[in-house]
Amino acid sequence: MTVSRRTLLASATAAAGVAPFARARAQAPTIKIGVLNDQSGPYTNTGGLTSVICAKQAVEEFGNKGFNVEVIAADHQNKPDLAVSIVRQWFDRDGVDMLLDVPTSSVALSVQSVVKEKNKVYLNSGAASSALTGEQCSPNFIHWTYDTFMLAKSTGGAMVKAGGDSWYFLTADYAFGKQLQADTTTLVKAAGGAVKGASLYPFPGTTDFSSFLVQAQSSGAKVLGLCNAGGDTVNSIKQAHEFGLSSSMKIAALLMFITDVHALGLETAAGLNLTESFYWDMNDRTRAFTNRVKAKTPNNWPNMVHAGCYSATLHYLKAVHDMGAAEAKKDGIATVNRMKAMPVEDDCFGSTKIREDGRNLTPAFLFEVKKPSESKGTWDYFKLIASQTGGEAYRPLADGHCPFIKV
Amino acid sequence: MQAILSYSFSFFGTNVTIAALLGQGTLGLINGAFYACLSLGLAVIFGMLNIINFAHGALFMMGAFASWMLLNYLGIGYFPSLILSPLLVGLFGIFLEKTIISRLYKLDHLYGLLLTFGLALVIQGLFRNYYGSSGLPYQIPHVLQGATYIGFMYMPNYRGWVVLAALFVCLATWAIIEKTSLGATLRAATENAPLVQAFGVNVPRLITLTYGGGIALAAFAGVLAAPIYSVNPNMGDNFINIVFAVVVIGGMGSIMGSIVTGFALGVIEGMTKVVYPQASATVVFVVMVIVLLTKPRGLFGKAA
Repeated sequence: MTVSRRTLLASATAAAGVAPFARARAQAPTIKIGVLNDQSGPYTNTGGLTSVICAKQAVEEFGNKGFNVEVIAADHQNKPDLAVSIVRQWFDRDGVDMLLDVPTSSVALSVQSVVKEKNKVYLNSGAASSALTGEQCSPNFIHWTYDTFMLAKSTGGAMVKAGGDSWYFLTADYAFGKQLQADTTTLVKAAGGAVKGASLYPFPGTTDFSSFLVQAQSSGAKVLGLCNAGGDTVNSIKQAHEFGLSSSMKIAALLMFITDVHALGLETAAGLNLTESFYWDMNDRTRAFTNRVKAKTPNNWPNMVHAGCYSATLHYLKAVHDMGAAEAKKDGIATVNRMKAMPVEDDCFGSTKIREDGRNLTPAFLFEVKKPSESKGTWDYFKLIASQTGGEAYRPLADGHCPFIKV
Repeated sequence: MQAILSYSFSFFGTNVTIAALLGQGTLGLINGAFYACLSLGLAVIFGMLNIINFAHGALFMMGAFASWMLLNYLGIGYFPSLILSPLLVGLFGIFLEKTIISRLYKLDHLYGLLLTFGLALVIQGLFRNYYGSSGLPYQIPHVLQGATYIGFMYMPNYRGWVVLAALFVCLATWAIIEKTSLGATLRAATENAPLVQAFGVNVPRLITLTYGGGIALAAFAGVLAAPIYSVNPNMGDNFINIVFAVVVIGGMGSIMGSIVTGFALGVIEGMTKVVYPQASATVVFVVMVIVLLTKPRGLFGKAA
């Protein structure tokens, strides 16, 4: 391209005209939110783009209160090393202030220390491991939506109460699966039950669960505890039906989302118990929220992880507004402390409280999957069986052994 | 009989019964059937076209998706789609070969590998964009539902069918290539294309059809897999690495080698799941290392 003297002059004048506005805009600080999750692998539907959409929904509803908000996103491909390098780049180069979602416990744990080192804010909705607010806790961190302890207590507890006193675990061989198995084992043993065995399978990359299912069958256990998630859960339930396990054993899908039920189909999923802290059809407020976002994600309605991304973003922005954006950008711990001090209030979870160790005390709802005849249409999948308040659902503060909590 | 089955021994600290080993071996055969079908297609394509077809997993996935689409959009059931899906996906393969892949025959293997790898990413990305990653349900056809007790384990009828169907298709492919005059022409064309062309054989068309056939085999495996695994865009990913190991172990380009190795590795993998499940994803590659160290051309590979 050749640039004539005339265009050069014209653009210089234009730039001079724009410059004052640019300066005026720069005075309003920009809060940058980075959504990091699986956008191409087994956890794409449970988090993925719908999480980004829900975070943007919160930004949109919060409106402009004297600071700009920008949402960026990346795919961590469930790889801890990749996630750490993305997060470092986000903090060092792109000026991200708050890290959101981060499913896959191994990844979630690996970025914990980076956020602390850079003193930013880390709100996790997608990962399950209860170690995040236990021995691996951080003052920069809030665990928003659910955790392995709450799942074990709600779904596992219901199984034990119904007479399921001997268990066989099918476990994804990484931080999340092992933690979920450990939390459930504690609960089963405390109730006088026994664990007859477990198969740890390689994650990711296992699609055939038949040999583990046959081993589970011959163990004589009454309950098959699935310590896995997403596509793995769908495949293991599907194959358990194929091998006739569903008639001889009870299946406890310890982590299952509405998105997984959708993938499995009600014919196969009917009767399963599962726990979520959010369901779109709970009450008028959850329905109102879902109505606002579903047009943006018509094939993947929000589950609890997505709702958590909305709720966490909204509460974060309220805290930033409360303490001033400039202050919030400077100090991650102070921002998290402000968030802990303020009551959480939104359409998805109602009123909740964030505990000192960073645990957001959402309620736990135990659902049963409807039979095809009971469902009024796509996404009408759950019946509420039992519920626990946030205070009952989670591991007591003292049992977590979070280093910065003095009990 | 019962006494033999319940005989147990300790292996690396795990108590293993004969019944469990037999059961796992049988289950291994089922996975082996998929490995055999897929690696057979790869071997045929490599043998005839000299293309290392990394898009194989994606085309396997397309086979499963094609049967899902036939069912959900057109109401066509499992058995017709066992024929229709491989045909459709095979045609798509022919389209790819004609438009893109044929341009690379004169170049190094590496270019074909890169191109097909890129194609796989594009195809998977497109499917993920439209159908998400959770997967879509595909029910087992009614006649094949249920399970049969075969002396030491319950064998789901559908899985039995998978082994038989895969074995039949594999052997038929082998017979076509090794025992018919069409196969003889094909093999001659790979040895010396100009000479065969001089005899009036349309070699480029032959190669196109071979690629289509190899792809149809992958799609066939995809249809077989649809009711067992959820139909999802990543389903080929999990197979493709293992299948490449199978082809390497069997000997690049060897037809019988890939069939036998496919089934054998399925069984070895199954046994590993009894003894030390954590290693089940790696055992295939351990075997590959051992084979490459002792027989660099693979178990059934021809000497240079």
